[in-house]
Amino acid sequence: MRVTVRLFARLRDLAGTSELDADVPPGATIADVWAGVVARHPALAPYAGSLSAARNLEYTRLSAAVTDADEIAFMPPVSGG
Amino acid sequence: MAAALFAVTAAALDAPALERAVVSAHGEDAARTGAPGAGAVTTFVGLVRDQNLGRRVLRLEYEAYEPLAVRAFEQIAGEAAALWPACRLGIHHRTGGVAIGEASIVIVAASAHRGEAFAASRYAIERVKQIAPIWKHEYFEGGDVWIEGAVAAADDAAAREKAEKLACV
Repeated sequence: MRVTVRLFARLRDLAGTSELDADVPPGATIADVWAGVVARHPALAPYAGSLSAARNLEYTRLSAAVTDADEIAFMPPVSGG
Repeated sequence: MAAALFAVTAAALDAPALERAVVSAHGEDAARTGAPGAGAVTTFVGLVRDQNLGRRVLRLEYEAYEPLAVRAFEQIAGEAAALWPACRLGIHHRTGGVAIGEASIVIVAASAHRGEAFAASRYAIERVKQIAPIWKHEYFEGGDVWIEGAVAAADDAAAREKAEKLACV
């Protein structure tokens, strides 16, 4: 199955793109999607410990499963206000 | 048309328009339930400051995951409504380039009495800093840096309690 991955702020800068498609096997989790993104963009690896993720516009844990055509967002620590 | 209560926008923020919208929403609640109408409105405006950590700031550029940010604002307002039931909130946040002295965020709270409005307003800004998917890219004299604060987790009870403690000081 294929999901759309969105990257924000410094993650986007480091990867050089704000959006990419990722092919993952059935039963894959958000963490698996992240691992695939890091494999393509190793500069993102240091964010593993300070990452937030959202699935279809809801914050989610990295252990959550993904389904085909999901929009998965990976986000560095936030700094609004 | 009344301003939306929750918004992320590249346009200059309009605090009076948000005040009108929040007071109007509070009035509709009160009319429906028979509760007292608004007796207090607090407006918090966050400005882009000219210094940060000893650096001379030139400007900020805000980036947001807009639809999730609006949902985060709605969640924050829901949490505040559970803590201060007679209070209504509105939150607008700027994106894109924002100059020194310009508003980056406006939070309006309307309630029957001042205590709840002040508390809900403080709670809301602390929660925005914890969970709103918004980032500031600081351009300062000599360089630029992404500011990274809290790791956003919408269901982190400890973060909620921290914001509530700050609100109730």
